Amino acid sequence: MRYLPLLWAGLFRKKTRTILTLLSVIVAFLLFGLLQAVKVAFESGADTADAKRLLTTARYSIIETLPISYLRRIEQMPGVVGVAYAEWFGAKYQNESNAFPVFAVDPGRYLDAYPEFTIPRDQRQAFAKTRTGAVAGKRLADRFGWKLGQKLPISSEIHPKANGDLNWEFDLVGILDAEDPAVRGNTDVVLIGAEYFDEARQTGKGRTGWYIERIADPAQAKTISAEIDKLFMNSPDETKTQPEKEFAVGFAKQIGDMGALVTRILAAVFFTILILTGNIMAQSIRERTAELAILKTVGFSDGKATALVLAEAVLLLFMGGGLGMVMAAALLPPLNGATGGRFPPLFVSLGTCLIGAGIALTLALAVGLPPALRARRLRIVDALAGRR
Amino acid sequence: MANLVEVRGVTKTYQRGSETIEVLHGVELDIPRGDFVALMGPSGSGKTTLLNLIGGLDKPTAGSIVVDGQRIDELSSSDLSRWRAANVGFVFQSYNLLPVLSAQKNVELPLLLTDLSAAQRRKHAQIALTLMGLEDRTQHKPKELSGGQEQRVAIARAIVSDPTLLVCDEPTGDLDRGTADEILTLLQMLNREHGKTIVMVTHDPKAADYARRRLHLDKGTLATSDGRGSEP
Repeated sequence: MRYLPLLWAGLFRKKTRTILTLLSVIVAFLLFGLLQAVKVAFESGADTADAKRLLTTARYSIIETLPISYLRRIEQMPGVVGVAYAEWFGAKYQNESNAFPVFAVDPGRYLDAYPEFTIPRDQRQAFAKTRTGAVAGKRLADRFGWKLGQKLPISSEIHPKANGDLNWEFDLVGILDAEDPAVRGNTDVVLIGAEYFDEARQTGKGRTGWYIERIADPAQAKTISAEIDKLFMNSPDETKTQPEKEFAVGFAKQIGDMGALVTRILAAVFFTILILTGNIMAQSIRERTAELAILKTVGFSDGKATALVLAEAVLLLFMGGGLGMVMAAALLPPLNGATGGRFPPLFVSLGTCLIGAGIALTLALAVGLPPALRARRLRIVDALAGRR
Repeated sequence: MANLVEVRGVTKTYQRGSETIEVLHGVELDIPRGDFVALMGPSGSGKTTLLNLIGGLDKPTAGSIVVDGQRIDELSSSDLSRWRAANVGFVFQSYNLLPVLSAQKNVELPLLLTDLSAAQRRKHAQIALTLMGLEDRTQHKPKELSGGQEQRVAIARAIVSDPTLLVCDEPTGDLDRGTADEILTLLQMLNREHGKTIVMVTHDPKAADYARRRLHLDKGTLATSDGRGSEP
């Protein structure tokens, strides 16, 4: 701490230059915070996947449906302790831009399959008992101002009722939430009762979109998956069963390898910062050769001179990096509001902060070491005589 | 009076490309504690080189230098840094203050290497600046001070850690006559009233008059010592 005023004064020796450098570092880390949040959100499905859950879809396409009669047969498989199912409803609320996922599910089975979701016991019971019941994720309910007990008019893009009408109406009986912010993204859905939905829809009766199996032993996931698929082999509706994480990763990759894309963008950004900051640090230290010589003259050792220059780089990068990350954290909540729950929640995670700190430290060492070593090697008599 | 500085057979050579230049040739010198020595001689005679060696800024190629009983030519780089911080104050022709720091913070610089608290450092710096007559200029940056004031801040920085030895390299070289006299009077006061041993390099015979004795270097050899005290 005693050297902080000295560091600060050295860093802001040329205010405009330092402020511009600092701004570029802030922008780089702001980008890092935002893009990393997107990456984390894309990977959140895989991260929050439960190793004890398998997903069974139609073998050749996830948009194909499977017979509901598979339920009992899967349930009887050794190692399977519970089965749920869900069907894609494809919903809009009020207008085209208010789209969100709606799944038709068996309430008890589905909520048992996702114990990480939280819902009050009475609301869960109401969902099971109410034929036209629906539960909504808290963020969706907050966004649209939905209240328990109200009618929920939503229209389906793909499922008309028996009379051909695409407009459906449900009773909101529960609010779904999760304690883990990463899991909370998975609650941005509306669940409706599959029994009522199946009776009332015009087509596709007796079929569902996918099955969710809970298994006792994650080590048996591959074996059980293979056994399930074997069960329906050579039938008109062959299946593809895989651990939930594999499914989530595969699904995310259908959109694009977001992780690789983000990594490449950030690598370019930080490489630019490395060159820019490194050049400015080197220039700044070159200009202060005589001042460093004076510090050494009055007793600062080679090690202390090296540490001072390095600390200046660390101070610059951590200050810029910290401000950038704080700005990213401040910008994400309004951004989450703007996506209206159609995207998993974006937030600056602890992991992102730690990676950011690691990048800042690496950059600081990379840009600070060359001038720091120059300061270490500086001979006082040469520097004072103007021989550098 | 016991010697504070003992220089024995000191030789200093520099390498310039393929050429080896011998700047000092077997210099022998004793400086008693409490002395004020003016080191004179033509340009290139080795005055600054000898001063740098006595101040521990450089090491001799051969020979030994003992200051206050410590053989400084054998110290490691880090030990020499510690030794300088504790025993020597430096005053240069071009003041060499850090432009981004106030006078107060410039004077506090050597104290950053001590165990003193921030409040103690501030107090010591204020005492040194007051001794130099700059108590009303403590928060001014170097560019807000005159040349004479800058040099007084530099002297305050040199004495703030209460060193035994002050080495001054042309301390009045950039100053007008009147200001130079003020600075030299201050140095004389530090020598006479505070017992500081001072070695000062100067071209200026009038500046040398403030010293207790003059030493002349010529082509790397200590030529003469007039040994006279001065009473300007």
